[in-house]
Amino acid sequence: MDTLAHLANGFSLALTPINLLWCLVGVTVGTAIGVLPGLGPALTIALLLPLTYKVDATSAFILFAGIYYGAMYGGSTTSILLNTPGESASIVTSLEGNRMARNGRAGAALSTAAIGSFVAGTIGTIGLTFVAEPIVRFALKFGPAEYFSLMVLSFVTVSAVLGNSALRGLTALVVGIFLGMIGIDLQTGQPRFAFGVTELLDGINVLIVAVGLFAVGETLYLAAHGKSGPPEVLEVKDSIWMSAADWGRSWKAWIRGSLVGFPIGAMPAGGAEVPTFLSYWMEKRFSKHQHEFGTVGAIEGVAGPEAANNASAAGVLVPMLALGLPTSATAAIMLSAFQSYGINPGPQLLDTQPALVWSLIASLYIGNVMLLVLNLPLVGLWVKILKVPEPLLYAGILVFATIGTYGISRSVVDLLLLYAMGIMGYLMRRFDFPTAPVIIGMILGPLAEQEFRRAMTISQGDLTIFLTRPLSLTLLIIAFLGVAGPWIWSRLRKPAAV
Amino acid sequence: MLTRRHTLRLALLSTALAVVGGPVFAATPTSLNIFVPAAPGGGWDQTARSIEAAMRKDNIISSFRVEHRPGAGGAVGLPVFVSSKKGQGDTIMIGGLVMVGSLVANNSPVGLNQVVPLARLTGEAEVIVVPAESPFKTIKDLIEAMKKDVGKVSFAGGSAGGTDHILAGMIAKSLGLDPRKVAYVAYSGGGPAQAALLGNQVSAGISGVGEFAEQIKAGKLRALAVSSPNRVSDVDAPTLKESGVNVELSNWRGVFGAPGISDEQRKDLIALIEKMAAGSGWKYELENKGWDGILLTGDAFKKYVDEEVIRITAILTDLGLKK
Repeated sequence: MDTLAHLANGFSLALTPINLLWCLVGVTVGTAIGVLPGLGPALTIALLLPLTYKVDATSAFILFAGIYYGAMYGGSTTSILLNTPGESASIVTSLEGNRMARNGRAGAALSTAAIGSFVAGTIGTIGLTFVAEPIVRFALKFGPAEYFSLMVLSFVTVSAVLGNSALRGLTALVVGIFLGMIGIDLQTGQPRFAFGVTELLDGINVLIVAVGLFAVGETLYLAAHGKSGPPEVLEVKDSIWMSAADWGRSWKAWIRGSLVGFPIGAMPAGGAEVPTFLSYWMEKRFSKHQHEFGTVGAIEGVAGPEAANNASAAGVLVPMLALGLPTSATAAIMLSAFQSYGINPGPQLLDTQPALVWSLIASLYIGNVMLLVLNLPLVGLWVKILKVPEPLLYAGILVFATIGTYGISRSVVDLLLLYAMGIMGYLMRRFDFPTAPVIIGMILGPLAEQEFRRAMTISQGDLTIFLTRPLSLTLLIIAFLGVAGPWIWSRLRKPAAV
Repeated sequence: MLTRRHTLRLALLSTALAVVGGPVFAATPTSLNIFVPAAPGGGWDQTARSIEAAMRKDNIISSFRVEHRPGAGGAVGLPVFVSSKKGQGDTIMIGGLVMVGSLVANNSPVGLNQVVPLARLTGEAEVIVVPAESPFKTIKDLIEAMKKDVGKVSFAGGSAGGTDHILAGMIAKSLGLDPRKVAYVAYSGGGPAQAALLGNQVSAGISGVGEFAEQIKAGKLRALAVSSPNRVSDVDAPTLKESGVNVELSNWRGVFGAPGISDEQRKDLIALIEKMAAGSGWKYELENKGWDGILLTGDAFKKYVDEEVIRITAILTDLGLKK
């Protein structure tokens, strides 16, 4: 049987009423947990594992896949409306999304996020269906040296969020790298900068920092510098839907984001955040609407990263289904669910369990459609949240951020960290430091460091490993062009103009 | 920290019975709290789930409350268990070799001597693998290469100071090499480490048998040796000992009682575990998960834990991870 026949068979299994119901439950629960900061898809699926004792395998995996995709959709909603990312892959979405919302364009931002998620999720699922094998072979070519070079390239993206002063932006980046270092070092097992606090041994959750800096910091800033007088209500200026111009600017960004997100998601150490950074940087670089970035909010800056994170979610399933490799926390828990059915997930999964795998893939297509149908009508409802008077809205955000953070680990240390980050966010805003580089440094810093040290262990300290491996060299050249390219370009063009 | 309540009707009923008919059943607990110092999904969480499933199946206990406090190989959870569960005779904590290592490496102020060892339940052998294309055909080839230039043979495995790293260090030491010189590449989980092996990025890999078994069966990885005293049914490879490497290591997992429980409570909990281990439910769980049922209870287990602490402290010192 070829791929299409398998897929058709998968659809016939996934389209039974009971499985459609599981899919609906999954995407609804997923959207809800995506909205809440703290509770992520991995934890939710882990908590639902006992279901596997009662429900048959196909239904359980359709439910889990729905939760996983749903969480990717839901994460953008609070990023855009409340500047409070629901999960780490949605942090970048809040950069432009929240600016748009505050300029009365929440509807367009939410719509482009939802439709972009649908487009990217579908492109990713198509990729998973037809090109899983070659993608996996490509992804396995990435060793520590290549990952390090990829991280170097990703660091270039920080230039998109540096703000007016490079010194201030880079200071923020270094603060982020420092925060990322806290905790036990993987390569030596030694705690760093934990100061004897056991809660810090596993590092600081990047979501706490993002929510603290963005949401709490902004609330404090408004409280300190807000206008007195009658409370102001954010206005929803134009239609809540996307205009023709919005469509024209969004669709290319969706495609670009998907093309970046899917392969990086399929890489065992790629992660969901890196493609969102890369996509944001690309959109800003190529946009004709530079002035909108960081001011009124540019729609490409929402469309691209949102597409990238959904496509990467599909990418993560590639090594899981093709090789039985759990490359993310969610995939690891889904694989352990396979085991409770007596199925050993491995490279032969596709051969031994074709019906299960293909009905799972079919349910991803169905789930995507359900999520679009579920989320688009909600846009109108969500936008109404912004009608809440500002002081009340921000008080609500504070409560929401606190509950979400406490929900991550029920640890008081996390709450203290949240408020400490909030105060830092306030001070940074007050003295005009950009906050986004902190997040980039915190995510990329440790990734780059670990890959660098792995590469050094393997090469016995030989630094040329980064230049002698073709893929690694290519990535470094792209990174170099990203930094120096515009300057070289202008030099080359000047003589021609004279 | 997460809580999971199984509010089955049966559970409610038994709780009600525990309140009403308390004195009659005072000896054995009718509900059990399981404290898991790790995230849901990992080995300790699976152990907790298996205990729950086995006890339910054999009608030993039907009401459970599972609580997670993940972080740093148990070094975050243990202090919480010690301080918050004092004297609770219906609470057990999952732990094992990984926790021993983590407590030593982190210089934890709280140790396993502050909890009550109840029983060792399972053991899992470690396996040493190489990519299918590797020039190393047997463990002897790998050892020869290590003896020639130890830094050139890179090992992928779990976090530094964990079971996989400990085994790499023990092998180097038994060969007369400096364990610190082992080119150990730490990964945060089985997935990325396996990917490095499948992509031929490292010379060899070390992990639990269960983690690599499917890749070995598919011919993508070649098993060279296992660390258990006897061969493992899942994997066609000799033990380290029969290959002339005098090293034995089992990733054991067990259960501990809260500090300050009475001798009576300790005995009741041990009896409960023994009853479970003898039942058919537990046998099914062992088979399903591929664990060895190496039951050891009471004082014998306490002695075992003490010896493991000494042994692991020594090897971590050799690896330069214990200051």
